[in-house]
Amino acid sequence: MRLFNIILGVAVVGILGFLGIKEVIADPSYFFELFLGGLTRGSIYALIALGYTMVYGIIELINFAHGEIYMIGAMTALIVASVLGLWGWNSAVIVILAFVFAIVYSCAYGFTVEKIAYKPLRTAPRLSALISAIGMSLFLQNYVMLAQSPEYMPFESLIPDFEFWEPFAHIITSVEMTIIVTTVIVMILLGILIKFTRIGKAMRATAQDQVMASLLGINVNRIISTTFVVGSATAAIGGVLIACHVGQINFYIGFLAGLKAFIAAVLGGIGSIPGAVLGSMVLGISESLFTGYFWSEYEDVFAFTILVIILIFRPSGILGRDETTKV
Amino acid sequence: MVTIREIKQSFFIGLWFMVLTFPIMVIRVDTIKHIVIFRWSNLMWVGILGFFASLVWNYFLRRKEEKKKTDTADDIPIVHRLLQNQKFKTPFLMALALFFIAYPFIFPMYHTSIMISALVYVMLGLGLNIVVGLAGLLDLGYVAFYAVGAYTYALLNLHFGISFWLALPISALLGTMFGTILGYPVLRLKGDYLAIVTLGFGEIIRIILENWDELGNGPRGIGNIPAPSFFGHQFGQHDSVIYIYFIVIFLVLLTIFFVNRLENSRIGRAWIALRDDEIACQAMGIDKVKTKLTAFALGATWAALGGVVFAAKTSFINPMSFTIWESITILCVVVIGGMGSAIGVIAGALVLILLPEYLRAVSEYRMLVFGALQVIVMVFKPEGLIKSVRKIYKFKKVEE
Repeated sequence: MRLFNIILGVAVVGILGFLGIKEVIADPSYFFELFLGGLTRGSIYALIALGYTMVYGIIELINFAHGEIYMIGAMTALIVASVLGLWGWNSAVIVILAFVFAIVYSCAYGFTVEKIAYKPLRTAPRLSALISAIGMSLFLQNYVMLAQSPEYMPFESLIPDFEFWEPFAHIITSVEMTIIVTTVIVMILLGILIKFTRIGKAMRATAQDQVMASLLGINVNRIISTTFVVGSATAAIGGVLIACHVGQINFYIGFLAGLKAFIAAVLGGIGSIPGAVLGSMVLGISESLFTGYFWSEYEDVFAFTILVIILIFRPSGILGRDETTKV
Repeated sequence: MVTIREIKQSFFIGLWFMVLTFPIMVIRVDTIKHIVIFRWSNLMWVGILGFFASLVWNYFLRRKEEKKKTDTADDIPIVHRLLQNQKFKTPFLMALALFFIAYPFIFPMYHTSIMISALVYVMLGLGLNIVVGLAGLLDLGYVAFYAVGAYTYALLNLHFGISFWLALPISALLGTMFGTILGYPVLRLKGDYLAIVTLGFGEIIRIILENWDELGNGPRGIGNIPAPSFFGHQFGQHDSVIYIYFIVIFLVLLTIFFVNRLENSRIGRAWIALRDDEIACQAMGIDKVKTKLTAFALGATWAALGGVVFAAKTSFINPMSFTIWESITILCVVVIGGMGSAIGVIAGALVLILLPEYLRAVSEYRMLVFGALQVIVMVFKPEGLIKSVRKIYKFKKVEE
């Protein structure tokens, strides 16, 4: 079975690679454009996927409401930026405050959602927690829709066109550049948090064994809350950035983005942080190439097909470890 | 009762919600006209609501804890106890039957039409109940099979002029086939992956229907789907609604009969056992994949049947009827009504579908309430409003 998988994988990559090289030679700049677009897209997926993968790593729950946290981040930034803009504040201050408010509010929502919908169900069957998560997602979407607007709202980009970037702007715009750079910085910070701080150590311990961690004096409930907060913060950054990139948001953006990010997390190996980043990049780039060279209307179908193929042939993902069920 | 400490805590929770919802509830920006509206009154409502909700929440959470300690096994819901009582059961069922038979003749067509859609949801709910409630497989793409059924009838009728009665079994067969084809690769997955894959499948079917113009006219959909005929006789518009109503009633009864028989059969017990403990089941010699696949395929069959009725009733279908929200609505029916409990699902479908129809003023809050209810039911009453009752054999003392 394993050998068969490897052969199949090599064959698929080979055929796609052969077709790809022909296209790339025909028009290299188009390919490059798609590639960078994919990288941008992948960065956003990565920012969201981190939340999924960290939460799954600790409590083995698909946090369906995570996409909504990302949407709330973008929405808060939009509201704060428009209010301050009307009051005539300095644009640099607006950018900083919009980011700060988006992150703070997303964290608060992530924290509250965990306390309401997941904490009372910690010992309940998995199905209950999953249904509760779906309910929460549905609730948050409709809450934002009713309180704000069901229409698309234009989002004036917070990120200005940098002057020093002008010579390269025809290859990659300054917004895309900012997205990629910010993602790299966030990843590095997160890596430091997980690897070198006490909190990170406690998180890793909780992910490995909750009971043992609590015996060693780790407050498991607090660690789980922290995980939700950290995941929400990265999702909020992703939300604000994508809103700047696309230029409009509505209450529904979190749903599909959340699903795609989840697919990316599974692709990379759910529970693994480097896996989430790698999976996001792979998904972003391959999606971008697929829509560029084949049918753009089947973009989402492509992502789901990847998910199904991954789950059938390698359910543990690219970087995940195989796990056997034990009694 | 409520202590001072709890009131203080709830006060702070109310404050927390006021802060939390401030940007979204209070500020409303119009980014096109560049106007900002502050709705301060909302802040007050959120605070008050948060305070009382927190009090009630804590009270019920505590009661749940207490109940866990003094667990009583024979905690049978009142509906079941009434139905077990023979004196009550017969007149109740008679009255129910009379009500449903007389319904289309007493009420105007509009109400009958709403009742039909509610009854279609009963069918769908009972079908999904096999998958989610009995077998414990979370299927978020249930609407895909519903779409398969509806499109099968519409397309077969369009191209070959096949009638409703012939389309019914064909669609059911196709639904089973689709269920099996989709189920086979994904049922080996763990539960939560299954939810995402089925969700993805539901979306794929919808996207394909929207983009594949040659198949079903894309977003424009298919119109002029004929209502069912009665031995070749086509009814007028009014009569045909009543006719469809009785067909649906018949199908619902058929479904109830099937589900009831299934639940007490070997395969039904295998489903329930599999839901409770997979590993133990395998040790007992139950074929995991085959059992799950049967549940999945049977659920799909019912969805396809529901789809045919839906197409015949509305006489027009397009992909917009088969969004993910439809799947989630059906899931709500099952979850809130009571997973695994046929009576619960029937009651859930009737309440959840009929109530928003008649409370038009608040119908925009429908999905908001559904979402909140899902969380609340899962936290406080995971077995749903009317829980299922497992067969219990009681040891009776022999009187001497």
